[in-house]
Amino acid sequence: MEKLERYEPLVEEFDAFLDACQRPLPSVVRVNTIKATPERARAALDDEGVGWTGREWSDAVLELDTDNPGSTWASYHGWIHGQEEVSAIPAEVLAPEPGERVWDACAAPGSKTTQLAALMDDEGLVVANDNNLGRLSALRFNTERLGVTNTAVTNTDSRNFSLKPFDFDSFDKALVDVPCSCEGTIRKNPTTLDDWSLNHVRSVAGVQKGILTRAIQATKEGGTVVYSTCTFAPEENEAVLDYALDAEDCRLVEFDFPLDSRPGVTEFEDESYDESVRKAKRFYPHHNDTGGFFCAKLEVTG
Amino acid sequence: MTEQSNGGPTGDAPTNDGQQFDRLPATADDREVEGRATREEVLDWWDQRFAIRPETFEEYSFWEKGKGKIWILHGEVSSPIRIEALGMKFLRTRQEHWKPTTNAVQRFGREATKNVVELTREEARRFVRGEDQELDWDGDWGYLVATHDLAGEREPLGVGLFVHGELKSLVPKGRQRDL
Repeated sequence: MEKLERYEPLVEEFDAFLDACQRPLPSVVRVNTIKATPERARAALDDEGVGWTGREWSDAVLELDTDNPGSTWASYHGWIHGQEEVSAIPAEVLAPEPGERVWDACAAPGSKTTQLAALMDDEGLVVANDNNLGRLSALRFNTERLGVTNTAVTNTDSRNFSLKPFDFDSFDKALVDVPCSCEGTIRKNPTTLDDWSLNHVRSVAGVQKGILTRAIQATKEGGTVVYSTCTFAPEENEAVLDYALDAEDCRLVEFDFPLDSRPGVTEFEDESYDESVRKAKRFYPHHNDTGGFFCAKLEVTG
Repeated sequence: MTEQSNGGPTGDAPTNDGQQFDRLPATADDREVEGRATREEVLDWWDQRFAIRPETFEEYSFWEKGKGKIWILHGEVSSPIRIEALGMKFLRTRQEHWKPTTNAVQRFGREATKNVVELTREEARRFVRGEDQELDWDGDWGYLVATHDLAGEREPLGVGLFVHGELKSLVPKGRQRDL
């Protein structure tokens, strides 16, 4: 926990934040609307005697009163998929529509890819890329288990992603849910911070800059790019946005999201960032009883 | 290394290339790769075997990558295409009896009205554990859509193989559950 002390200047009610980070997460699933309506998924859980609590912001997100949602008929049929509540934010913010072409730059193991496909009613094309061949098998397993048929899976480094295999030259939208130091997942995995180091944060931030700039380049003018991490580190959040604002033709845009959040920060330690990064949102564990998350919405302007 | 599979410079007959997805030819007249299933044959097969109407797949394209492995994509991309996966693995051809995948049957099997076996909850549990079981079935032998009732409607569990009075579960290891 002492590794999180550096965020004390950023986080209100810091003790409540630290306390929340030490509590286990609720067991949350997303209803896969490609295979079942939320009503039918809830009915299947009722039939099995598995209790659930809805979420006001989405009828597809349910908290279950079991630690093992995989051991339900609803899961066997691919009607529900274990996915942490904040992890369901960026696809909702990207809001892809049926028929669009969407790039999921860091797709494995596929929770967000399958959510994008569901939001598109499985129509259009999701190009799901990941650089890690081992993790691609989990991605492929999940897309097929959830009945997704509008996804093409590629295996390259997103920093050098090429559209050459495809017969179009830009995406309508891109989801950039980058590899990060994962500080926000400590409630799921208490050993997350054991290997934390500032050097790791800096090195992963470099990769994040490369992926985000490529995503902006690969998205059409007027298109949307959503950038997200599950970490609190401004080096991986606001600093990466600040870099992209300088390097590429894009701007940050406001968005509403019906969970409690705080704006992106413009100053941290000795650094300061573009004022517009305040349009990004920081989700803290003690505000909504979730993991930690960061999400920003960009518009491509050139 | 030849530039592409469809007609190399030496004039050899085109063959299947396991590194790329090729769109299935529409009909036998359009077939260039020997032994490759056609779109028409795939649609006929689902219609004949499970009475799933060809219109069901109007918006889908079919692809082969890996010998006899047919994939289904909602929509179109250019062919051939060298990527890791495209849509969903759908059907295994190039063997005596074509075999649908568990995921395809879960996704499209609700439409089936023929060769569908309805299991009790206990039979369904055995089926998803991957166990074979005796079954009173006087229909066709071969691949069946196994279903059970969930939340008030029939829902496909996967593919069963019925032979000699026994329903073999073909649920792959990674999809099996103890429920």
